Amino acid sequence: MELANAKAIIMAGCAIGAGLSLIAGIGPGIGEGYAVGKACEAIGRQPECKGSVTSTMIMGCAIAETTGIYGFVMGLLLMLLAPNLFIGKL
Amino acid sequence: MDSISITGAKIFFEIPIFGGIPITETQVNSWIVMAFITILCLVLTHDLKVRPTSKRQIIAEWIVEKVTGLVRGNMGGAFISYAPFICAILGLSAFSSLSALLGMYPPTADLNTIAGWAILIFGMITYTKIKTSGFLGYLKGYTEPFALFTPFNILSELGTPVSMAFRHFGNVVSGVVISTLVYAALAGASTLLFGWLPGLLGKIPFLQVGIPAVLSIYFDLFSSCMQAFIFSMLTMLYIANAASKD
Repeated sequence: MELANAKAIIMAGCAIGAGLSLIAGIGPGIGEGYAVGKACEAIGRQPECKGSVTSTMIMGCAIAETTGIYGFVMGLLLMLLAPNLFIGKL
Repeated sequence: MDSISITGAKIFFEIPIFGGIPITETQVNSWIVMAFITILCLVLTHDLKVRPTSKRQIIAEWIVEKVTGLVRGNMGGAFISYAPFICAILGLSAFSSLSALLGMYPPTADLNTIAGWAILIFGMITYTKIKTSGFLGYLKGYTEPFALFTPFNILSELGTPVSMAFRHFGNVVSGVVISTLVYAALAGASTLLFGWLPGLLGKIPFLQVGIPAVLSIYFDLFSSCMQAFIFSMLTMLYIANAASKD
């Protein structure tokens, strides 16, 4: 009974943690939106450099995505790896 | 729902030495990808002529020209010998991720693959740094701008391979997870909509035809090529940065 309770608490903690770790998605969303907005402004001002602006923007967006990806990876680890890790120790 | 299963690579068998070395889907698929790339290279560079007459040679020359131009543009002419390595990283990463289009388990969805590449690149960065400023100069680089910054410098140095590996791995695996969830959702939806059809006809998941292809275009085609490009771009930038004396 005690072990089952501990398991339930661990699973719940991991699930809540995984959900919370996806809050990290907010940052890249705002950042990428800002970058795309600026890129649109730049293209509006100088339509002739559309190609290089677009490729630089996609590159920058992919790098700005990193923190969101960290959150996702942490969530995945919490969901798939952490429960077994802790339950095995009990 | 039992049909959703997000798992890592399957283990095919174990080599019974050193306490069992598991041979996983990742290894098998990355060897398949490497064999494919080798055959592609052999086919493209077979029977070269001074004046290109075949389409294959024009494609091969175009690839070499593009990669050389990329390396020259981002690293400078002194690093032109890195072009084959960059092209290898680019091709291996792109084809590994694209193998998901054939329904294979993409080797890049396993953290071990990408971590291996990232450690290799970390070694190259360190080698370039030591070569540029000497071993003592390399150690002294950790105490810039003053000695109090040493722990942060070490952390940021170790953070380079971790961030490269996690960026690529996270992008590929998020595609795999979302595709799995969408497949499972579509299976459930088609059971609801078409479950009343008699016999075997009711068991065919009609909604799974075509709709996942839209996701596949983004996650498999666009995202894989993008991540391969970004990985090799960051490799070039880090190595070129390591060689510059401040």
